[in-house]
Amino acid sequence: MSVTKRDKQALARRVAMDIQEGMTVNLGIGMPTLVANFIAPDLEVLLHSENGILGMGPAPATGSEDYDLINAGKQPVTLKSGGAFFHHADSFAMMRGGHLDICVLGAFQVSVHGDLANWHTGERGAIPAVGGAMDLAIGAKETWVMMDLMTKTGESKIVSACTYPLTGIACVKRVYTDLGTFECSPEGLRLIDCVDGLDAPSLGQMMGITFVK
Amino acid sequence: MINKIADSIAQALKGTQDGATVLVGGFGTAGIPSELIEGLIEQGARDLTVVNNNAGNGEHGMAALLKAGRVRKIICSFPRQADSYIFDGLYHSGKIELELVPQGNLAERIRAAGAGIGGFFTPTGYGTELAKTPSGEPKETRLIEGRHYVFELPIHADLALIKAEKGDRWGNLVYRKAARNFGPVMAMAAKKTVASVHEVVALGDLDPESIVTPGIFVHQVVLIDRVATAAGGIKS
Repeated sequence: MSVTKRDKQALARRVAMDIQEGMTVNLGIGMPTLVANFIAPDLEVLLHSENGILGMGPAPATGSEDYDLINAGKQPVTLKSGGAFFHHADSFAMMRGGHLDICVLGAFQVSVHGDLANWHTGERGAIPAVGGAMDLAIGAKETWVMMDLMTKTGESKIVSACTYPLTGIACVKRVYTDLGTFECSPEGLRLIDCVDGLDAPSLGQMMGITFVK
Repeated sequence: MINKIADSIAQALKGTQDGATVLVGGFGTAGIPSELIEGLIEQGARDLTVVNNNAGNGEHGMAALLKAGRVRKIICSFPRQADSYIFDGLYHSGKIELELVPQGNLAERIRAAGAGIGGFFTPTGYGTELAKTPSGEPKETRLIEGRHYVFELPIHADLALIKAEKGDRWGNLVYRKAARNFGPVMAMAAKKTVASVHEVVALGDLDPESIVTPGIFVHQVVLIDRVATAAGGIKS
């Protein structure tokens, strides 16, 4: 049986399935921003942007861009009715103070215990840039990661211990990937679901990881 | 009579010394006080330490200040952007020092300076490379009620350059949308804060319930032309 990978849209839809009415959510730069497209329109979910926006709406129509109203990726966005602006110290107090329900981030690596590496490959000569990654990783009530499970060279990005520089320690709760969904815990990695064509043994073997119950 | 309205940017920035630490507002392109940065280039102060979330876009504003060789050190969270080639070049040739700070720690270190706090313990960055000082020494840590924290120091400055929407002669300010970002905390943390505004209004015209930065934190207000904020920092 062939493996049916989740494409980016399907993965974004899978993450959005777990976002509930009334939650406040921060979607990181890159793939996580796609999740906004799949949150059911009848749910009231507040999107937070680190640069001082709560109640962020979708991209504006072409020609209506306002570059004083941008998201963390510097792309133009809109504000929903009831949305608010605030300064940076308040915005990061919302994170660090545990006021956000969920933060969805991309990653280079996640350890089975929830350590996150997503800010720097440690490559020589690369200019390091961290932005809000470390604040987000440790701030939300739950940090979720969204990424492809395997590298281009076929290694699992969920590892027993991260080799890239860490963003935060034991901060990731769930990992949503193109092949399955996982939960990180002090005991190890749990499998929540996997795509058609895979089962726990075959996925565990591919990753080189034994799942805990 | 208190009158903080400056006749010109040059007047507002007069007396900026070599070696000054300068806070510069803005996130991406929103809230960047480009006119004030151009004014600082004209004013001529050099050997500056600049604090900004980013490290300049394209050729103007912050990028121009860097290109003019006026900046010794930059403290920021995200220097790398799609069009940050001026910073990239200076960094790779060793002509600028970078202190990388997680964004929330950056905002809180600035706020702490303005609020008279001598430092604070934050969970952000614990166990990472950024829990070290720029010289590589581990920062002080503490376990508080089962959680690990890193001690961070305030960032005091000589000058803050911020962009607001409207101001009055007492220095009260309101901002526009997400261009607010670092403005209110930076205004608190400098010996001298200069704000550019698109509108100077009479005392009492700003709703006192809605003033974001009270005038006590602001020393000079300069009126600038209204120009729509341009895109930047993203792949076009």
